[in-house]
Amino acid sequence: MKITQISVFLENRSGRMRQVCSVLGQNNINIRALTVAETESFGVLRIVVDKPAVAIDVLKKNGFTANITDVVVVEMQDKPGGLADILGILDENKINVEYMYAFLEKSADKAMVVFRFEHPEKAVKVLTDNNVTIAKDITV
Amino acid sequence: METDFFCHEIETLSREKLENLQLQRLREIIASAIKTSFYNKRLAKVGIKSPEDIKSIADVRKIPFTTKDDLRQNFPTGLLAVDMSDIVRIHSSSGTTGIPTVIYFTKDDLNSWTELVARSIYATGARKGDIFQNMMSYGLFTGGLGLHYGAERIGMTVIPVGGGNTKRQLQLMKDFKTTVLHITPSYLLHIHESMESHGFNTSDLSLKKAFIGAEPHSENTRLKLEELYGIDAYNSYGLSELSGPGLAFECKYKAGMHVWEDAYILEVIDPETGKNVEDGQEGEIVLTNLIRKGNPMIRYRTRDLAYVLTDSCKCGRTHRRLSRILGRTDDMLIINGVNVFPSQIEEVVMRIPEVGTNYQIYVDKIGALDRLTVKVEIYSKMFTGEVKQLDALKKKIAEELRASITIHPLIELHEPGALPVFEGKAKRVVDVRPSF
Repeated sequence: MKITQISVFLENRSGRMRQVCSVLGQNNINIRALTVAETESFGVLRIVVDKPAVAIDVLKKNGFTANITDVVVVEMQDKPGGLADILGILDENKINVEYMYAFLEKSADKAMVVFRFEHPEKAVKVLTDNNVTIAKDITV
Repeated sequence: METDFFCHEIETLSREKLENLQLQRLREIIASAIKTSFYNKRLAKVGIKSPEDIKSIADVRKIPFTTKDDLRQNFPTGLLAVDMSDIVRIHSSSGTTGIPTVIYFTKDDLNSWTELVARSIYATGARKGDIFQNMMSYGLFTGGLGLHYGAERIGMTVIPVGGGNTKRQLQLMKDFKTTVLHITPSYLLHIHESMESHGFNTSDLSLKKAFIGAEPHSENTRLKLEELYGIDAYNSYGLSELSGPGLAFECKYKAGMHVWEDAYILEVIDPETGKNVEDGQEGEIVLTNLIRKGNPMIRYRTRDLAYVLTDSCKCGRTHRRLSRILGRTDDMLIINGVNVFPSQIEEVVMRIPEVGTNYQIYVDKIGALDRLTVKVEIYSKMFTGEVKQLDALKKKIAEELRASITIHPLIELHEPGALPVFEGKAKRVVDVRPSF
């Protein structure tokens, strides 16, 4: 149920983000979702890719400071109120979201939301009990 | 464990006999010094016209200090005591500010120096059979050639690679199963950080020891290196004006650096008053070279701050030990009126496990106020992927620094390998405040 997210530490230096993407591109790794957490002096790039094990390996070999985190990817209808419904379920069950970001699944016309939970097992159970679809993988 | 000596008699000489030997050698050095244009005048001013004017070792204190500025003003031959045709080697300091300084060796001087270096290496437990990769730069710098010949004299297998080219260094270490390194602490830290990207890891290496020197470093840096590589790291001290390495070296007990007192007179002074301080008290190191007759150096002010350890060493050597170099009289930063030594900052940042292998101290001015920024590289293996971890790390470094130096610094986190490394000496302090 859990999907591997890769976090890359990026200091505030021009072109650094491009270098990450180039390394991934050269190794034929596709980025499916991306977000950047920024602070005044550094950023952390969070990505979900089709080949996480290869990605973490090539990033480290190229001198990037990177690590993996488990995230939960939720599938939903791409329509107004879709996300509010999911958040409602989480809220009612007192499930804390640390951060989240979304992407579109073009083939299925679905919206996908990446969640980082403090307690992912509990979150997955609550969502599944409420008939929410959890993505098993996103390699397609 | 029992101590094995390179030169048993000299290394364990009683203090009385050691001082007698110093007196005899000081007189010989005075005889040489009188032949130089610089010391001839200087010694005459304090009534020393022949070696017999030195009655006891305490008489050395009558002689004025020699400073770096004296060396510059008397460049290039003012301190040369023999004919140039008797000089077989010249070394020179980098001279980052202005005129360089020069050091001359006769054949005998080189031999005595090499013996001291060999004695130093032997004291750490390194032996014939060890593979020694010398990563200090060769050339005018005394560090490279000094250790090279000392190691050869013991019979170690020497790889004279010099500094730089990390990938080749790692390949050599792997191919020849290097057991002992001579390297600056900052470069050894850097190699660990970039090892993986060159396709190596510590299990490829056969290292047992590293002689780290040429730049002051903290005990925490030593411990970090020992842990990262699973080795023993030995501190050493030397400066080119006094023939570089082989002046003071740690023995296998790693409890302070033995100054070879048969070859040097060690004094510690109050840098303000110039008065000698007691053993155990911090001050500026002043040294007299007793074995270099081609280029005498008497009461040279090193500008390095340290103290003499007062307890005796378990190894049985009678030669006194110096503490780590605590700073330099001229590297103290004054930040908004507070005195800060870069070594205090290093002490703090290097004990934090999430900090990687390099850091830099940056000082600038915002309006009328000084601003201190400490830039640190993070240790990639400790990165969890969470922003809150990095925020907490910044806060922790700032708070621990404030507790130590009373100033609240700005902390910048950098990626491993991002801060400048000089594959010789690290440039730790960048001060861009306008000077008056």
